[in-house]
Amino acid sequence: MQDVNDIVRKIDPPMVEGDHDYGTVTDKISDITLKKRTPFGWFIGFAIAFLTAQLLLLTTLYLVTTGVGVFANNQPVAWAFPIINFVWWIGIGHAGTLISAILLLLNQKWRTSINRFAEAMTLFAVACAGLFPILHTGRPWLAYWLLPYPNTMGMWPQFRSPLMWDVFAVSTYATVSLLFWYVGLIPDIATLRDRAKNKFFRYIYGLLSWGWRGSARHWHRYEIAYLLLAGLSTPLVLSVHSIVSLDFSVAQLPGWHATIFPPYFVAGAIFAGFAMVLILTIPLRVWYNMKDLITDRHLIYMGKVMLATGLIVCYGYAMEAFFAWYSAAEYEVYMMYNRMFEGPYWWSYWLLILCNGISIQFLWFKRFRESPFWLFVISVVVSVGMWLERFVIIVTSLQRDFLPSSWGMYAPTIFDWTMYIGTIGFFFALIFLFVRFLPVISIFEVRTLLPQAKVEHHGDDDHGHSHGGGGVVQS
Amino acid sequence: MAQLFHRGANNIAKASMVLVIILGGLVFFAYTQISRSSYLTNRYLEKQQPVQFSHKHHVGDDGIDCRYCHTSVETAASAGIPPTQTCMNCHNQLWADTPYLEPVRASYRDNEPILWERVHDLPGYAYFNHSIHVAKGVGCSTCHGQIDEMPAVYQENTLQMEWCLACHKNPEAFIRPKSEIYNMDWRDSDLTADERKSLGEEYRLRSRELLTSCSTCHR
Repeated sequence: MQDVNDIVRKIDPPMVEGDHDYGTVTDKISDITLKKRTPFGWFIGFAIAFLTAQLLLLTTLYLVTTGVGVFANNQPVAWAFPIINFVWWIGIGHAGTLISAILLLLNQKWRTSINRFAEAMTLFAVACAGLFPILHTGRPWLAYWLLPYPNTMGMWPQFRSPLMWDVFAVSTYATVSLLFWYVGLIPDIATLRDRAKNKFFRYIYGLLSWGWRGSARHWHRYEIAYLLLAGLSTPLVLSVHSIVSLDFSVAQLPGWHATIFPPYFVAGAIFAGFAMVLILTIPLRVWYNMKDLITDRHLIYMGKVMLATGLIVCYGYAMEAFFAWYSAAEYEVYMMYNRMFEGPYWWSYWLLILCNGISIQFLWFKRFRESPFWLFVISVVVSVGMWLERFVIIVTSLQRDFLPSSWGMYAPTIFDWTMYIGTIGFFFALIFLFVRFLPVISIFEVRTLLPQAKVEHHGDDDHGHSHGGGGVVQS
Repeated sequence: MAQLFHRGANNIAKASMVLVIILGGLVFFAYTQISRSSYLTNRYLEKQQPVQFSHKHHVGDDGIDCRYCHTSVETAASAGIPPTQTCMNCHNQLWADTPYLEPVRASYRDNEPILWERVHDLPGYAYFNHSIHVAKGVGCSTCHGQIDEMPAVYQENTLQMEWCLACHKNPEAFIRPKSEIYNMDWRDSDLTADERKSLGEEYRLRSRELLTSCSTCHR
């Protein structure tokens, strides 16, 4: 018997390792927020992220008091850092939605211990992304002009522009992601409410949990709502970045005007997103000693997703070059030649191939896939690579205009950089706050992964929570 | 352990969902009203001028033609504010001693223009030309209202872009024959729809696309 179990363990290792039951899982996750002293490292990390985020604030202040001239965008490279960073952040967000929605619908149970903070990551990434379109005009107080509303100008936004579709795609995405994340949090916030000793936090968690008592009716409605939201989010995984890619491919610029853009961008987004999830997960499970909940198996799966999506992205690069050659259009051919060999930014193209194409090939090997260290390194490289991808697509396509007299160079100013780095600080500051104040792993969903959940079970569940979720019916 | 929230909190939570929608609707409605209110547009606001000049008297009672003072309305972007000399054409004889007109006489003596208060103030980014509007059959009163009944001139319309566009989208509804441009009593209903259509063709009004193109007014 023992041997059979060993073999089973080897083929299908458990999602939760160690000797856990309902109580210990709940304790472990909620204690991060409620009981444990905040680790000193948290303060250091938060301070660094928070101070970096001030760069964003200061740049914005300088921007609105001075004007958009503080950025280097100018003809012919009128689109540069702001949209590069916007697309980069939006892409990063995609992994969260994929993990939470598509993997839920596909019944992939391993999503359970990573979906919560992948969703949080999505939200924070979308928040960072949203800042760029709003701020790059230099007049953020007029950002509401993006929305169709009955204004005194008698004007509607240009509905035929993909930039307008972007507004809808991204705001829908932000709304649905927020709802999905929040609805999923409600039962866990109720757990925190019941366990918190501090009256103030009990009250706050109490407000946020909307009177959740864990009754059968509550669970029933919760399951339906969660499934509906998953259904709503699923098309968004594909649509949002497709629409972002249309910002480029609808234009007739050589280097942008390609039909492969939507799928190629979506794959890139999921690729970048999983890289970011790994960047966050690997230190988190070490610092908070959660290797039993986020197991090596999770990391390996994510590595595989990265490899698969990375290969699709590489196919996209190959097709871009192929289309340029096959089109036999002088401008397309020249653009690609300029991008790869002759132009002043040739190095960025090959750096991109190195980061996104070569680096992921290591993931074919078990040794790298199973090493958190290498996974972390590859994820960082991929994140840089995905940023470079947008740089290459945007800058090298624009900098050689159709007429040599309109050719130009692009070099970002210090404020382009501080704004970008500032959003990274902002992102991590939000992540640190999230880790401190909310359950980073879905408590009740992890409980459904435990062996106990498979058995009809009466009674001793803590604090009125029943074994809901995962299709286990309350008895 | 006592309950954190009273039983009634559930009802408050439910009511808050409805209230948010109602409040949101109210705020939206308030926005649509306030953004068009005379508080923001200065519509119907009578401006006090340095001289108590009455258009009602000069146009309505005396029957002076608009162009007697606003000489460039048919040829230039600005209709033109008359120089003091124009006033003095009559007022060196009529009411030549009245204290009312002392500022006018002072202006004439010292060769210093009267500083009239601007009533219709278009933003600088809007290009507006009086002559083309007159040439295409837009009468004074269409935009300025019945000046002959205004002792102190006020802004008859909002001057908001949606107001401009209402005509630029459908100019036939607002034009009149050349002979009626300066007629203060003209009503849009004085012509039938068919007459307007042929009048529009006669004026060779440009296409709706061109009239509502950004660069027509923002150059």
